[in-house]
Amino acid sequence: MTANEWLPLAVLASSLLPGLIIFVLPEGWIGLRTTLNLVGAIAKLVLVGVLLAGVAAGTEYGVRLAVLPGLDLAFKADALGLLFITLSAVLWLFTTLYAIGYLEGAPHRSRFFGFFSLCVTATMGIAMAANLFTFFVFYELLTLSTFPLVVHRGTDKAMKGGTIYLAYTLAGGTALLTGIVWLHHLLGHTEFAHTGIAAALGPEQAIQLKTIFLLLIAGVGVKAALVPLHGWLPQAMVAPAPVSALLHAVAVVKAGAFGIVRIVYEIYGVEFAQALDLLTPLAILAAITIVWGSFRALFQDDLKKRLAYSTVSQVSYIALGVALFGPIGTIGGLVHLVHQGIMKITLFFCAGNYAETLGIHKVSEMDGAGRRMPLTTIAFTIAALGMIGVPATAGAVSKAWLSAGAAAAGMGWAVWVLWTSSLLNAAYFLPILWRVWFRPRLLAWPDEHIPARPWHETAWLLLLPPLITATFTLAFGLFADSPASPLAWAKLIAEREYRAQRSDAPASPPHE
Amino acid sequence: MTGLILLPLAWASLAFVLGPGRGKWLAIGGLSAQAWLAFDLAAKVGAGGTALLHPVGGWGAPLGIDLAADGLSAVMLLLVQCIALPLAIHAGAYFKRGDAAGAYFWPLAGFLIAGLNALFLSADLFNLYVTLELVGLAAVGLVAAGGGAQQVAAALRYLFATLVGSGLYLLGVALIHGAYGTVSIAILTPLVTSDAPRLVWIAGGLMLAGLMVKTALFPFHTWLPSAHGNAPAPVSALLSALVVKASFYLILRLWLGPLAPLTSAIAWLPALLGALAILWGSWQAIRAERLKRLIAYSTVAQLGYLFLIFPLLPGTDALEAGIMQAFAHGLAKAAMFVAAGVIIEATGRESVMDLSGAAGHLPLTLFAFGLAGMTLMGLPPSAGFLAKWLLIEAALDRGHWGLVAVVLAGGLLAAVYVFRVLRQAFLLAPADAVVKSVPRRLEWVAFLLAAASVLLGLRGVDLVRLLGAGA
Repeated sequence: MTANEWLPLAVLASSLLPGLIIFVLPEGWIGLRTTLNLVGAIAKLVLVGVLLAGVAAGTEYGVRLAVLPGLDLAFKADALGLLFITLSAVLWLFTTLYAIGYLEGAPHRSRFFGFFSLCVTATMGIAMAANLFTFFVFYELLTLSTFPLVVHRGTDKAMKGGTIYLAYTLAGGTALLTGIVWLHHLLGHTEFAHTGIAAALGPEQAIQLKTIFLLLIAGVGVKAALVPLHGWLPQAMVAPAPVSALLHAVAVVKAGAFGIVRIVYEIYGVEFAQALDLLTPLAILAAITIVWGSFRALFQDDLKKRLAYSTVSQVSYIALGVALFGPIGTIGGLVHLVHQGIMKITLFFCAGNYAETLGIHKVSEMDGAGRRMPLTTIAFTIAALGMIGVPATAGAVSKAWLSAGAAAAGMGWAVWVLWTSSLLNAAYFLPILWRVWFRPRLLAWPDEHIPARPWHETAWLLLLPPLITATFTLAFGLFADSPASPLAWAKLIAEREYRAQRSDAPASPPHE
Repeated sequence: MTGLILLPLAWASLAFVLGPGRGKWLAIGGLSAQAWLAFDLAAKVGAGGTALLHPVGGWGAPLGIDLAADGLSAVMLLLVQCIALPLAIHAGAYFKRGDAAGAYFWPLAGFLIAGLNALFLSADLFNLYVTLELVGLAAVGLVAAGGGAQQVAAALRYLFATLVGSGLYLLGVALIHGAYGTVSIAILTPLVTSDAPRLVWIAGGLMLAGLMVKTALFPFHTWLPSAHGNAPAPVSALLSALVVKASFYLILRLWLGPLAPLTSAIAWLPALLGALAILWGSWQAIRAERLKRLIAYSTVAQLGYLFLIFPLLPGTDALEAGIMQAFAHGLAKAAMFVAAGVIIEATGRESVMDLSGAAGHLPLTLFAFGLAGMTLMGLPPSAGFLAKWLLIEAALDRGHWGLVAVVLAGGLLAAVYVFRVLRQAFLLAPADAVVKSVPRRLEWVAFLLAAASVLLGLRGVDLVRLLGAGA
């Protein structure tokens, strides 16, 4: 086996093996468990670094394993996959640190971290899947490994959230499976390719292809929380804060959005999808989701619920970018995959800090929290401003490219959707900022766990991760033009997708 | 080949001679050797690509008895040994010395396994009847061995069903013998044609009906939940994982062999009953109060999938789908019954509602239950998923969208009853819960079986290749 073959497997193993070992560790072995977690996370970052350098230089990484005659579990590490992998690997490290601090002294930590590692492994598999079959395998693994995390607290409320989550995702998985087997039946394979593979079928199959598209998008749309499939996301916020981070930024909704990207670009091919009239309905659906999510967020008093509806809205920016026919929209959508991740994870980390430190769960309880927890609140402010799209933040870069993409694609209405959403974002985030910074504290904190000390507003493990991700939010906005920014990588992907499109290379199945 | 039949007979007889409750190590040793033999046979069949024939005592058919092993037999033999060995280890820890329920476990289990192995190696209809009867009686004995009133009642119902089933089958065999003067499958296959006399049609119908009763196909399933739900855990596991597969195998043999010209007209009937079995079995599992009854009804549902393949035979992927499902379900269901046994042993409670907190006390067992559940739900990467995939592809090949819908709905229904258990287990334990400690070996057996049912999904290609050998 060459290095190009085992590197993708090593990326999977760097979280799978620690996870499996952690499962059997006794609860009290905190040191070994923490070491395993961190060694795995850092090893993964190193491996991802090697892959990034290789892919930038044009190396191809891939490996396949036959599970049935004509059906392969296949992995590849390409530019698009690496965008997602890098995001998840980096955020995994910070979320792990945060979770270690957050769960200090809580029961069942071996179980928690074991499933946590499995989730990340599944996410890596989704990002590196080289065909829809493999994508599906890991997509369902992600569902199964997140369920125990959502219900981790074991309360009736947690169980209700978990059950709703399962009902949505398993039904979505069934739709996805139907679409995949159908496509496999028609084409004989489901390999991802730059120009798409569906165009190999003649126009007489257009109806079938449209139905399959509907099934596939419905399947991944559940995790991407497209309206009307978004109902599980606000319910799942009963989970502990690190799990919310995982759901909203590292893994779950991202897996759905990433699936939309793969299906549109590498199964249908963006030109063929346009020819089948599939992109405009997708753009409309994304636009409805963007506005509806933001609108619902306005009325939520529960902080995490407000953030959850905000995710519903923001993730559909990615779908919108994909559906805008043209490279500029593509870049906007892809870069938002990363930007939304770092901004939203910051917000959830901060929400967790407010809850763990002061017992604040509701927006109406947040008066004066800025003075009590200045650093957390600064991080929260940066991320919230980023979500609104204030200049010098990562969010502004996303919105600028998306608007330009919409204009270039001749879809002026999408620009209005983006503006409306920005206004709504401001309408639900600015009141929070006003409360925390400018309203005085009159009552005692709801439930203060960690007493105030100078330079110690909360535990360091809870404070550092949001500060770092908030810094990223600023850096990705200020240095968007540097060659190491997510924007530069998104441009590289768009260049490769569209260059392949122009050279009109035939999509060739790997089975000879 | 004969080793696979003689070895279990030998250790079963020895265990009987040794007396009640003894013979554990003999059985484990014998089963290990059998496992090696089964793998060896599979390797030979797979390498040669053809069926192996062994005339017992040097007397070939039609005078003597032929044993034959093709890919299908080899797969089924592997299934038996791969499940029986871990279950023997489990039973060794489950039955305590002097436990009345385990007194005759070892001899009966030995005869059961000898019967199964002989069944999968037999090449003539009468020999198949003898092995079928041996399996059936040993299975009834195992259910009754518990000795409780409920168990004896369940065993009597089971005895009745199994006797009716094999009686019908025997009647069919007699009619066939009357018409053609032979019971050898190889000789009969070219003789039976679609213009065969009415008597042969009746014979075929009787044989298939008898076997369906024994496979507990809806609506003949009524004996199964009480038999499988009341037996001790290792017995339930053996029955659900292996015994019902034997009569299914026989239906498959007849369907693909001598009865092939007669079946095209009725191919939809088993599939229809299978679909009903999936819906009804799942529904009953969703409603079941006791954990073991839930699992037993899940068997009714899962057996339904096996019968969905008949309208698709002979075609690409259909046989593979059926055997993959038989294999996946065997491993997963054995794991599930073992896990249920551990939970009931530890908590002393049998109802699903009393499972609260089990995830905290018995994490490994719950993990095993979850993995086995993955296979039953048909979620990737389990072998159950591959079975589902193959079945859907085969159905699409023929344009049978109804079957696709049933398979997908069945997966979702399975999710409802599997997660009904898991959810309950994740809830916080009541304060007064008392949990006994259980030998770790019991938990590990459940886990290994469940993990095997999932990991097989990554090597499905080997199973399919073996199945194709000598077909």
